[in-house]
Parts: sequence; structure tokens; C-alpha cells
Amino acid sequence: MTYVLQQLLNALQVGSIYALIALGYTMVYGILTMINFAHGDLFMVGAFLCFVAAVTFNLPFVPVLLLSMIGVAFLGVVIERFAYKPLRQAPRVSAIITALGVGLFLENFTLALNPYPKQIPQLLENTTWTFSGLSVSSLQVFVIILSLVLMWILDLIVRRTMVGMAMRAISWDKTVAPLLGVPVNMIISVTFAIGTSLGGAAGVMYALAYPVIDPYMGIMVGWKAFIAAVVGGIGNIRGAMIGGYILGAVEIMVVAFMPSTYRDFIAFVLLLVLLIFRPYGILGKPHPQKV
Amino acid sequence: MGANGIMLSIENLTIAYGNIKAVDNISLEVNEGEIVTLIGANGAGKSSTLRAISGIVPYSGRIRYRQEDLRGVAAHRIVAMGMAQVPEGRGIFGNLTVMENLKLATWQRKDKGDIPKDYERAFGIFPQLQKRRDQLGGTLSGGEQQMLAVARALMSRSSMMLLDEPSMGLAPMLVRDIFQVLCDINRAGTTILLVEQNAHMALSIAARAYVLETGRIILSGPGKELLGDSRVREAYLGVDA
Repeated sequence: MTYVLQQLLNALQVGSIYALIALGYTMVYGILTMINFAHGDLFMVGAFLCFVAAVTFNLPFVPVLLLSMIGVAFLGVVIERFAYKPLRQAPRVSAIITALGVGLFLENFTLALNPYPKQIPQLLENTTWTFSGLSVSSLQVFVIILSLVLMWILDLIVRRTMVGMAMRAISWDKTVAPLLGVPVNMIISVTFAIGTSLGGAAGVMYALAYPVIDPYMGIMVGWKAFIAAVVGGIGNIRGAMIGGYILGAVEIMVVAFMPSTYRDFIAFVLLLVLLIFRPYGILGKPHPQKV
Repeated sequence: MGANGIMLSIENLTIAYGNIKAVDNISLEVNEGEIVTLIGANGAGKSSTLRAISGIVPYSGRIRYRQEDLRGVAAHRIVAMGMAQVPEGRGIFGNLTVMENLKLATWQRKDKGDIPKDYERAFGIFPQLQKRRDQLGGTLSGGEQQMLAVARALMSRSSMMLLDEPSMGLAPMLVRDIFQVLCDINRAGTTILLVEQNAHMALSIAARAYVLETGRIILSGPGKELLGDSRVREAYLGVDA
């Protein structure tokens, strides 16, 4: 029983990180019906910015987090402006190839600057509490709570603010929104900024939990977060959160009860099976065709 | 206010999609305070004309709103200049509530303090919407969606309203109600450019009308006059001349 609880706690931690990254995929998809395949690499850039801020500038945790989030958001907005926007009317496959190319660029640019893996210093004091066999680390609790807070803020923005309303409107019908006075390009930029900043925050938290970072760390994590977004229903914000936690739980439980090499295999099988039965994901709905 | 009262002027407008000219060198004017209608069959180029005015399709020719050239002005800036639109097929955001649909249309307004009064005004015109204010737009009936589309255009507090086929898919009773509302809105000071296939209704409320056929204006004049024109009666009103 304690073992299961312990694994559930681990699942919450991993799931939080997947959920944060999955939100970036789903938000961009929701507004542009495009998969930003560079998003996993933006998560990696977040981890490296964490390294730069913590080691080069010797900053404490809060400024490190903010700097990484802002830096990645800025990068996300620039990428959208210069790489994706010119292709908005182009065939979908061109945008996908461009996104993959941007991802490769980010990996290799980071590699050129950092030929060797980097070690992230311990930014937060980490104490471990033990409750009748269940060990809880403060870092774990912190990652889970911070992720939930960020997701709660996002949910508020999307549901309660004019900008969030505009995001939802654009995801429904991009052509009508400007006719009501909504500046669509600006909203798309804001969406990229918010979505990628969550990826940056995930990068920082990941780096704190697994402190050796390299330029390829975003590939597998990015793919899995993408799966999480699809499992939850791509384009659906709450779906991405749920998908992230489901994927985290599946992974951890596989490792807990089966050989750990089965982990990714099972995760990808989950995607395939779920999509056969629910092609739009858990919370996704087929978009009504416009008449 | 535009000198000599011209609110919207279109000169030599041509819109082409590839090699096909949807609109071929048309000119028209809308004076301040008028209801002007653009009638014609499906595919005559009516919606394309509206899209050009709202800045969402490329065109050649000149479109001016209150003397200002609209070329290159982004669609959302045109709304800020005072032109609202009720788009083809209503354009209701089905995933937003009625209230949110209305609120979104206030994006460009500077006078945020007056907005609550305008909700009241919109709900006064369409009491049905008030009952459904927290319902998602996608759950409304066709008639309610059309009311919402008009109410939404009202929320932007614009001096000019462009409407693309507000009668489409509505029962005759509802069409009459909507057109009555358009007359009221016009009397309260909003200039209206109305694109319609329902020529009879449109001509009966319009001060002036233009008849569009395969991209060209073939006829124009006061609404009442065109209502009696034999060519119009034959082609658009289904009446033998």
C-alpha cells in the first residue's frame, strides 16, 4: 500500500511536468491547428536558461524561474513570428516540417554552445520527510504545487479574461474574430508566449529534479507530452492537464510493476489504443464543420 | 462626419480569386444615416464585396470610410474605426456563452464605462438573449444566433453596420422581426449596408439599392423604385413582370 502511494506521488511529479509541456502543444494547436514540434526543445532551452541564470548569474530560485519562463516565451514568440507566421496559409505539412527544423536548430545551437552535459546546482533546499514508510521530498511537493498553481493561473486567464475569451473564439473560428475587432496576430503571440513559458517552467522544474541536462533532453519528454496532449484531446486545455497526469501515472506504474524498459513502449501503446477508441482524446470533441 | 455625408465609398472595386473575377469594377456609395442594400443571386459577388470592405480579401480599386482609405488597414482596426459586421452564417462562437460573444465585440471600445448600458440596450431589443445569457452560443437556435449576431454588432457601438444575409435560414416571421430591428437601429443613428438574397425584404427597408449580377452592378436606385422594376421583379422577386 505504501509502495503504491509512493509511486502515486512520483506519478504526480512526473505528470505535472508532462501536463505543463502538454499545455503548450494544446494551446498552439487550439489556436492555429498546428503542432509546434519544436516545443519539446523549448522545454530544453528552459532548462539551459535555468543553468545560465543559476550558474553564470548566480541568481536564486525565483528570478531563475522567471528568467527562464520569460526567455522561453520570448523565443517562442520570435519563432512564431519569423518561422511559422509566413507559413500560415501554406499546406499544413510545410508548417510541420518547419517546426521540426526549428527543433533541430534549437538542439544543435544549444549543443554548439554546450558540448558537454551541464550540472544544475541545488537551488532549493531539499528535505525528505518520512511518514510510516512513505518518503516525501520537499522538491517533489514543490514541483507538484507550483505546476498546479501555474495551471490554475492559466485556467483563470483562459476562462475569465478578454484575452482568454479571444483565444477560445479564435480556436472556434479564426475568420470571424477580426471582424469583431479582435487583433488575431496579437492573440496568437500571447498564446505562444503563455504556452512556451509553461514549457520553460517545466524545463526548470525538470532540471531541479534531474539535474544533469543535455541538448537532447527535450526530444523524448516532448514526444511524451505531445502524447499526453493528444490523449487528453488536443486543443483542449483541461484535457492536456489530465493527459499529462495519466501519462505520468502509466509510466510510473509500469516501472513499479514491470521491467523499467517497458516504460516508453507502454506509453506509446497507450496512445495508439486510446486513439482507436477515442480518436479525439478524452475531452476532445470533433470540431463542428462550418456550413 | 464625412463631407457631403458620404460614409462609405467604393470606387472601381475588383476582386479576383485566381482567374475568376468575383467582383468586376463596381462602384457604390453609402451616405450617412442610410440603409443601402446590395442584392443579387448566390455567387453574384455580394459577400466578396463585404469581405473587401472588412479588409479580409485582397482587391483592386479604392474603398474609403469617412474619407479614409482602407487599403492595408487590418480588419480589427477597421472595426475600431467604427464599422461593425454581422458576418455570413452569423459567425457565432459556439464555444463561448452568449454574454462572452457580446463582450468580445467590445474589444476595440475605449468607453468601457458605457458598456453595461449597451448590454441592457441589446437585451432590451432581444429579450430572448437575456434568458440565454449563460448558455453556449452553439446551443442557440438559428433565429437566436442571428439575434446574437446583430446584438454583438451593436456592442461595438459602431456608426456603420455591415450585414451579410441576416435572413438566411430563418422563418419569415423571424426575418420580419430582424428587419424591424434593423430599421430601429438605423433610426437610432446607425448607417447600414445590407447584403441580401431576400430582395423583397431588403428593398422594402432600403433607401437605396444596388443589384449585383455576376460581379457587376446592373441596376441601382431607390429601394421602393427597384421593388417595382420589372427586371428586378422577374429575376429576384419571382414575380412575372
